[in-house]
Amino acid sequence: MPNAPHVTACPDCDLLQRLPSVPPGGTARCPRCDCVLARGTRHAVERAIALALASLIFLVCANLFPFLRLEVSGRFVDTTIPSSVATLWQQDLPGLAAIVCATTIAAPLVQLLMLLYVVVPLEFGRRAHGAPAVFRLMGRLRPWSMTEVFMLGVLVSLVKLADMADIVPGIALVAFSLMILTLTATFATLDEHGIWERLAEARE
Amino acid sequence: MNGSAAGAGLWTCHDCHQLVVAPPGHAHAACPRCGGAVHVRKAASLQRTAALLVASAILYVPANVLPVMTFTSMGRQQSDTILSGVAHLLLHGQWPLAAIVFFASVVVPVLKLVALAFLVISVQRGSAWRPAERTRLYRITELVGRWSMVDIYVVTVLAALVQTGSVAAVEARSGAFFFGGVVVLTMIAAETFDPRLIWDRCGARRE
Repeated sequence: MPNAPHVTACPDCDLLQRLPSVPPGGTARCPRCDCVLARGTRHAVERAIALALASLIFLVCANLFPFLRLEVSGRFVDTTIPSSVATLWQQDLPGLAAIVCATTIAAPLVQLLMLLYVVVPLEFGRRAHGAPAVFRLMGRLRPWSMTEVFMLGVLVSLVKLADMADIVPGIALVAFSLMILTLTATFATLDEHGIWERLAEARE
Repeated sequence: MNGSAAGAGLWTCHDCHQLVVAPPGHAHAACPRCGGAVHVRKAASLQRTAALLVASAILYVPANVLPVMTFTSMGRQQSDTILSGVAHLLLHGQWPLAAIVFFASVVVPVLKLVALAFLVISVQRGSAWRPAERTRLYRITELVGRWSMVDIYVVTVLAALVQTGSVAAVEARSGAFFFGGVVVLTMIAAETFDPRLIWDRCGARRE
């Protein structure tokens, strides 16, 4: 029975049930605890590749270009996201620098690279070497990517500084906002159940 | 057990949700699909969650007592803790912002600690009380915990922007690290908790 397709157990309440085929745009939920079991996404793999690539481009731009500029009486300070992390490091808080770097730069970057490593070969019916382990670790990383929380932090800081100095948003802020949109879309439409099944069928 | 996979001798992979036939006489197996370790329930779930909750409750004290940043302007120094930061926003009439920060930095961590402690204790006592609602509580806890990081990012951005050389300077302080530690530990605590334990103790009455 366990290898029969479409029999599954709810990850949140362990109810054994038959998984119906999910129409595009629909979700299958556990009848007992309402946990989302599967998502129907049209062209799941192609969509994942497109959105992940877009997110990756925005992420690189968001980290290379100036994020915010502070102007006080003609002088200015430019910051990038990596330079903000470096500031924490210089202020003798390496642990804090590590937390910020992991949640705003490393987790999204590694997650996107892992996803692309799995789904690009899958598009051609192939399974990359070690793809199941990579996809598994990608799932574990998901809660640690906190780009949208960082954005809220930026907004709060802007309001706090508003009376004190002029803040000029940089190109990286735009890229970062776009990245949040594409990153959220990437993982909100990711049909993990379907990708696992295709991974099991694909040959290495 | 009430139609549970465990009752049918099947384990679910924690990562890819593949069903695995429980190997007799073994406490864990390797998932044939993703290679992850499979147990009937997350290993030592209650003990790990409880230990992480105690650790975060301890870190919560320095996180709130120690300053998260110091603001220096014209020779005047002012240190802010999480709570005094909220108070400053209120004094400057920025109450919507104060409400957001208060909710994310004060309400969410406390509620998260209380909710997870409640879940651990109720499962430990074998409670059969409203399993669906407790599962929902768990999912909400998992979802909102990350928003507590807001204050950490505010400190990061302020420290990076307002540097020595300009009129004022902001320096991040160790309180921020402890606060980040609380958020990280409670997130790991939520991950180690296994919501299926809520249903295991409910018997066959609900179905």
